[in-house]
Amino acid sequence: MPMTPRRRVLLAATIPLVLVSTGCSYLSGGGSAADPGSADCKAFSDWQGHDGKTVEIYASIRDEEGERMQEAWQKFSDCTGITIKYEGSAEFEAQIQVRVDGGNAPDIAFFPQPGLLERFAAAGDAKPLPDTVRKRAEDGYPKDWLSYATHDGEMYGTPLGANVKSLVWYSPKLFAEEGYEVPKTWDALIKLSDSMADTDVKPWCAGIESGEATGWPATDWVENVMLRENGPEVYDQWVAHEIPFDDPKVEKALDRVDGIWRNPDYVNAGFGDVKSIVTTSSQDAGLPVAEQKCGMHLMGTFYAANWSEDTEIAEDGDVFAFNLPPIDESVGTPVLGGGEFTAAFAERPEVVAVQEYLATVDYADRRAQAGSWFSAHQDLDLKALKNPNDRLAAELLRDPDTVFRWDGADIMPAAVGSGTFWKGMTNWLNGDDTGEVLTYVEKSWPE
Amino acid sequence: MSSPDPRPPATAATRPRGTAVGRVGARLSTRAASAVAVVIAVLWTVPTAGLLISSFRPEQQIKTTGWWTFFTSPETTLRNYQEVLFGRPSSGQLASYFINSFSIAVPTMVFVVTLAALAAYALAWMDFPGRDWIFVGIFALQVVPLQMALVPLLTLFSQGLVVGGVQVLPAWDLQGAFQFTQVWIPHTIFGLPLGIFLMHNFISQLPRSLIDAARVDGAGHGQIFRSIVLPLTVPALVSLSIFQFLWVWNDLLVALIFAGGSVEVAPLTARLAEMAGTRGNEWQRLTAGAFVSMVVPLIVFFSLQRYFVRGLLAGSMKG
Repeated sequence: MPMTPRRRVLLAATIPLVLVSTGCSYLSGGGSAADPGSADCKAFSDWQGHDGKTVEIYASIRDEEGERMQEAWQKFSDCTGITIKYEGSAEFEAQIQVRVDGGNAPDIAFFPQPGLLERFAAAGDAKPLPDTVRKRAEDGYPKDWLSYATHDGEMYGTPLGANVKSLVWYSPKLFAEEGYEVPKTWDALIKLSDSMADTDVKPWCAGIESGEATGWPATDWVENVMLRENGPEVYDQWVAHEIPFDDPKVEKALDRVDGIWRNPDYVNAGFGDVKSIVTTSSQDAGLPVAEQKCGMHLMGTFYAANWSEDTEIAEDGDVFAFNLPPIDESVGTPVLGGGEFTAAFAERPEVVAVQEYLATVDYADRRAQAGSWFSAHQDLDLKALKNPNDRLAAELLRDPDTVFRWDGADIMPAAVGSGTFWKGMTNWLNGDDTGEVLTYVEKSWPE
Repeated sequence: MSSPDPRPPATAATRPRGTAVGRVGARLSTRAASAVAVVIAVLWTVPTAGLLISSFRPEQQIKTTGWWTFFTSPETTLRNYQEVLFGRPSSGQLASYFINSFSIAVPTMVFVVTLAALAAYALAWMDFPGRDWIFVGIFALQVVPLQMALVPLLTLFSQGLVVGGVQVLPAWDLQGAFQFTQVWIPHTIFGLPLGIFLMHNFISQLPRSLIDAARVDGAGHGQIFRSIVLPLTVPALVSLSIFQFLWVWNDLLVALIFAGGSVEVAPLTARLAEMAGTRGNEWQRLTAGAFVSMVVPLIVFFSLQRYFVRGLLAGSMKG
């Protein structure tokens, strides 16, 4: 507090403070904590003893999803006395760096990109998982997932939510009317596309316009085909830049995408010709599916939120989804996806308690019950998933045949993964040569 | 001014008496010029009007068609406003962000205007060595982008000041409403260079005879400032206040870094930015949100418009 000798000045300076503090105390109605000894709280006894402590969490999850998340850990908070101060921001990816640099890191952050988490792990800012947390994570989540939060043999994050990015949305009604069947192989998918192309309804609709992130839906296509065409080992090499970006294998994958995305008979249902893909918003690109003006649309599970409210998402409803079929069947069921990892920047016991709780199935179940969410947790109660598409995706993740790979653009260096890869694909859809685009991305890969 | 530019110097450019300027003035007030002005004004307003119309359209229509189709198929709803204002489970939460915005913008405005007026007075009417250099230094500070100061300032707040291993200042560690201090300080710092510059232009143009007369009558600097300078500079003070208030009201960057998104201190802009949902699929709410946040600047501007125009011209017209 600045002290000044003049009373008047002091008064003038205190007025805003008084106004502010009264304003805030009137706004922050305190929540009533549950009795920690009650039977209700028994499940949380492991984490009790941190009464009155506060843990700050920072993430990019906001609005409705952010509220559901806070709802899910409310019980934990009531029973343990740990206040969780949550903050969700659209600027998370840029702000987290500023906060860490400024010495103001949150206690826990949820990272949607393993690449970003790795940067903080390598810099020594993020803390390796304490043994208790590590054990919870290993018990609950498949190895495929944990490997993405591992740096130099140390695990830095526990998986939280998940999404699947290899889903093809379709209209079950249209499929029933025309006698189409959900394709199980790539050949069947192409055959289906051909028979749709003979009718009024074009088989595919797509859109990659997304402001500064324009191009990202196209990268999902390339990754999906890359994983199916060449298998997970080559996919990993490609993402880690152990094979060049313009390798013939990548070119082959892109050629396969070419056959769909730059095929005027196949696209762009409801919007126009091939070039309209670039100008169509990724938010709206799938909407013609519900109107039965478009056959299929490849997009993540999260697209469920984009359908208008009267659209029924179900296997016999207005829209539903299937996993993009494999090309090489010996690979199993390739699934591309993503999610978040929780990583801690502090080692205080209450922070460890919260991180440990977030890795439990109790949290996962509570969060799933709040709606529109699933995770790769192996014990997650699938019956609690209200949306059929979430259940489909969660079952896919749990299937032993599934080969799960993280969205490669989120792991590649940011200059490529959220830069030239997007731009290159946009140019490609605007008519650039396949080889030209691949060379462009390869050249931009940082040393 | 040693440049060979044939045009009259800037201070004269706004004077209606100068001949070249007079001609320009005459030309600008013809009917054709007014027509052009009206066209520009309309063009400028069209996007905002479109936004206003959109904010009353149903989600489905906003997402599929342009706002101009409203005229052929008018269909209105208040749903967007309802979601923006009461969308959270604890209804009316937007009110707290509103109050936060005021709690950030009003004190900052007071700090900047007070400090700028005092500094400008000192730089204009007090003689001390290096005065002009200080003024030039402050003026030059305007080109420093505020982004450069974010990390150092944040470090100062969160870790205190350490010089050569010695803790000179402790970490601030502010809780609750005191966190506003962390937002006021950067805003005040970033607002001061231009504030001092504007006020200096104005205050230094006051007639010297006035100040000298007051001095002869035995007034000290404090009294001159209070009874002569302040009353005479009201238009400039008000216009600087409006400027400062609007900047801070519309700011998102500083708020995100120093206030964070907590309900306790985050302003309206931070709430609006998260309103579109995690994946931006609820962007229809932004139309209504924009108008809700626009209300206050509009009220401020229209109620103080007189001063605003006068104050803007004041600095250059006097003398």
